[in-house]
Amino acid sequence: MGSLVKQRVLRTIILLVLGVYFILPLIAMAEFSTRGKNDTRSLESWTSIVDDDGLMEALVNSLLLSVTSAVLMLVLLVPTMAWIRLRLPQLQRLVEFLCLLPLAIPAIVLVVGMAPLYAWVNYFFGDSPLTLTFAYTILVLPFAYRAVDAGLAAIDLKTLAEAARSLGASWFTVLWKVVVPNIRVALIGASLLSVALVLGEFTIASLLNFDTLQVQVNLLGKRNAGVSIAVSLLCLIFAFVLLFALSYVGQRRRQTVVEE
Amino acid sequence: MTSVAPVAAAKPGGPTPKKGGAAGRPSAAAWLVAVPFLAFAGTFLVYPTVLVLFGAFQDSNGAFTLDNLKTLFTGVVFDAFVRSIELSALTAVIGAIFGALLTWAIAVGNPDGMLRRTVVAGSGVLAQFGGVPLAFAFLATVGFEGLVTKFLRDNVGIDLFAGSAWLFELPGLTLVYTFFQIPLMVIVFLPALDGLRPQWREANASLGGTSWTYWRHVGGPILTPPFLGALLLLFANAFSAYATAAALVSQGSPIVPLQIRGFLTGEVVLGQENLGKALGLGMVVVVSIAMGVNVLLQKRVAKWVR
Repeated sequence: MGSLVKQRVLRTIILLVLGVYFILPLIAMAEFSTRGKNDTRSLESWTSIVDDDGLMEALVNSLLLSVTSAVLMLVLLVPTMAWIRLRLPQLQRLVEFLCLLPLAIPAIVLVVGMAPLYAWVNYFFGDSPLTLTFAYTILVLPFAYRAVDAGLAAIDLKTLAEAARSLGASWFTVLWKVVVPNIRVALIGASLLSVALVLGEFTIASLLNFDTLQVQVNLLGKRNAGVSIAVSLLCLIFAFVLLFALSYVGQRRRQTVVEE
Repeated sequence: MTSVAPVAAAKPGGPTPKKGGAAGRPSAAAWLVAVPFLAFAGTFLVYPTVLVLFGAFQDSNGAFTLDNLKTLFTGVVFDAFVRSIELSALTAVIGAIFGALLTWAIAVGNPDGMLRRTVVAGSGVLAQFGGVPLAFAFLATVGFEGLVTKFLRDNVGIDLFAGSAWLFELPGLTLVYTFFQIPLMVIVFLPALDGLRPQWREANASLGGTSWTYWRHVGGPILTPPFLGALLLLFANAFSAYATAAALVSQGSPIVPLQIRGFLTGEVVLGQENLGKALGLGMVVVVSIAMGVNVLLQKRVAKWVR
């Protein structure tokens, strides 16, 4: 039993040391962002988040982008991946390769190639920050692919589709009323991941000169560190809540599978 | 909840099945479904990638040249690559070791417990979405006016910045990078540790083995390949990272991603328009080597296991 005690002690030490290591910056952010003049406490940094028009505008851009990117990702990926499993297995390897390719191409490299491309995008679609939807959909592909693929692998897609088809359903109906409801947990997971990724994205937005949340936070940090740190803390907390919720979504799926 | 649609619901497509029946070779129409995705990926992923990879071999007039690539092995650019590789290797090793310890600490606990959930979700945040907020977390902690800096200065009499502005140079980047490397290790390594069966430990104990013999002969050998794989992934991750470094370091370009920023935002020296693309190619090559070795390693392991 000596080893069990040793294990417990070692575990506690690791958790304590690393716990402090990771929580200390969060405490420091809370402390820094509540500093007032002459060693007083003040919530000025936090209240001025809402007053900063540039920041609010950038936040709206980022929120809109997180929705448009998730929607475009789902619209492109789900029908294609379902169709590949049903009718076009030949394309399986190519689509997987394309979806995982962004992992091998760092965003900073991708943006070098995207800069000339975006000259055209802005010519055709205007220079709204929402055009970043295209770039972001590429960035979320690897994560979304894995989530959707896992979802599709967990259901008997062929049988479901054949049953619906034999009852006269069109392919669109199969997709919308059979595939989507059956893999909704995977779709929620893929969407939440892409929302979190888009809200945190900085590289492409900043180098293509679009005004998103992270770009503004970075810019703001140059003149008012307090506000930037407050927003940064908010971002981290928000992403944490998203991912924490995601861990329950995954669990519910496991339980329903067991029940079935 | 699985609502198999009745015929009446099939409004948009019409009730009659379209071309391309249930089986056999896919018809031309069947291929059309894949077109939107392929066109999109072709335009926004393959085209920019090709632009970078080919542009690296072109001079400003579009003619073939190797000059850009030669420049990669000289002067500041080469130094940046060396520094980037050092930074990535160092933070990968630190991240892998401490990450593995943390993973072990949560893996032996309750699999549905609060602690594990919190660590995994927190790791996901820092590993994948840290970026700019992480840089500001560091300014608040050990920046010139950070909490720890002030505490040490006022109460202990230590000036963190006595030597240099280290936070904005390589040592600072190393420290900050551990904050997404350790969490990434947790995410990547946890499945491997979860795969260790308790029966193996029991078998070891019933045969009179100690904790040491278990890790030396059972746990260690099984976990070595996933550990090395994770190490390579961490290396590639740090090597590709941009946001945190960009937010922290506004002057100078010690590492490759920041050099590329210089080419995208600053003035480009005449005749070197495509040097940024050569840097991009260099990064892709390094990342691909790390990923490729990883794939080979896992294939080897798959053979042994069989």
